[in-house]
Amino acid sequence: MSLLSYYNYWIAIVLMMVGLYVVMSHANLVKKMIGLNVFQVAVFMLFISLGKVRGGTAPILDPAFTTYSHPLPHVLILTAIVVGVATTALGLALAVRIHEAYGTTEEQDALKRDDAESGAR
Amino acid sequence: MSGWMLIDVALFAILLCSGIAIAKIRQLFAVAMLSGIFSLTSACIFVMQDAVDVAFTEAAVGAGMTTVLLLGALALTRTREKLTPTARSVPALLVALTTGALLVHASGDLPAFGIEDSPVQTHPVTERYLVSSVEEIGVPNVVTSVLASYRGYDTFGEVVVIFTAAVAVLMLLGQRAPREVRERAAPMRDRQRVLRVIAKLLIPFILLFGLYVQFHGDYGPGGGFQAGVIFAAGVVLYALVFGLDAARAAVPMRALRPLLAAGVLLYGGVGVATLLLGGAFLDYDLLAAEDPVAGQHLGILLVELGVGITVTSAMIMLFYGFAGRGIGRGVGRS
Repeated sequence: MSLLSYYNYWIAIVLMMVGLYVVMSHANLVKKMIGLNVFQVAVFMLFISLGKVRGGTAPILDPAFTTYSHPLPHVLILTAIVVGVATTALGLALAVRIHEAYGTTEEQDALKRDDAESGAR
Repeated sequence: MSGWMLIDVALFAILLCSGIAIAKIRQLFAVAMLSGIFSLTSACIFVMQDAVDVAFTEAAVGAGMTTVLLLGALALTRTREKLTPTARSVPALLVALTTGALLVHASGDLPAFGIEDSPVQTHPVTERYLVSSVEEIGVPNVVTSVLASYRGYDTFGEVVVIFTAAVAVLMLLGQRAPREVRERAAPMRDRQRVLRVIAKLLIPFILLFGLYVQFHGDYGPGGGFQAGVIFAAGVVLYALVFGLDAARAAVPMRALRPLLAAGVLLYGGVGVATLLLGGAFLDYDLLAAEDPVAGQHLGILLVELGVGITVTSAMIMLFYGFAGRGIGRGVGRS
């Protein structure tokens, strides 16, 4: 029983950690953004699962139903998704500009170039 | 019940596999497609958990828009990432495992999944939203009434964030690209006749569906956020099949820039109008004389329209920003 009532949260946590691992370990900036997206979706899942009621239905009021899942997490996550794509686009735009300036999207290569330039000066 | 359980387990399995594959695979085009699959699967899980509006948005945004933007960014950068050195991956793995273990331990304090007497369900605001909103707002879709009315401030903030992000992307990518970047992009070949015929048939229906989602959001899943993304998807499809120049001629940048601001202004303007009528910011009750519910309807309609306009133009501008970067301004009219 306890395993069944918590596995939703655990899967969200595992996915969150996959996202965190990608953000921390990978040096490619585009890959980092994708990892951040994975993390983000996992947080959304945790939020949505907190609003769910067993036997409930979607919060669209109708006389045929009495039990509804909580609408507030849905509202918060809905707007967060659209804000998420806008901020992802901003991150990707920065990655594109970094690529134009440094010729690479790998973090350590860009840093190495910076070091070389400051050493030469 | 066991049938539902089976679907649940299958969806979670797909989700976990694609999540791990995203972390492992180094070819970024494949990773971009996997992240689309990841988003679509999570949208299915949102449907299973009654969050139909969220699922709608995630399917349109995560599987559609984000994938297109990722591909656009990959076309401008490298598509293969370097091997991650063990010196980097091992500490990261340790940190992730430790944090995960701590979070799993802490999740024991969360209420069990789906129980009726969890703090979320017993909080007084639940009753307000699910029972009183019928008389106060008169909109069957509670998500819409919470989004646009009860928590209208939040949503206004989110719309401003989208506006700001679109302006920032425009500043980063809207300028003329350096010459070597401009010359690298190959012009779009428009030989795919099947694609063009199908797209021509589909696009009117996509736009019509966008309008339906926009104005039916009070009664079913939908609203300005989803409608904006769907509308933009129609334009993006047009640009992908017929070329960016054709799309820029049909939906020019000089129309999008004022529209991006107009949506935010419409939202804020409704708030200022209610202030001038003697109420609080975004208190729609005063918009219609003597009938608060009619005022709420009008307010929600206008606010959702503002959201829809801003999201549509923001999404199209984001796409133009990435797709037009390789071509440069001289070729397409902007």
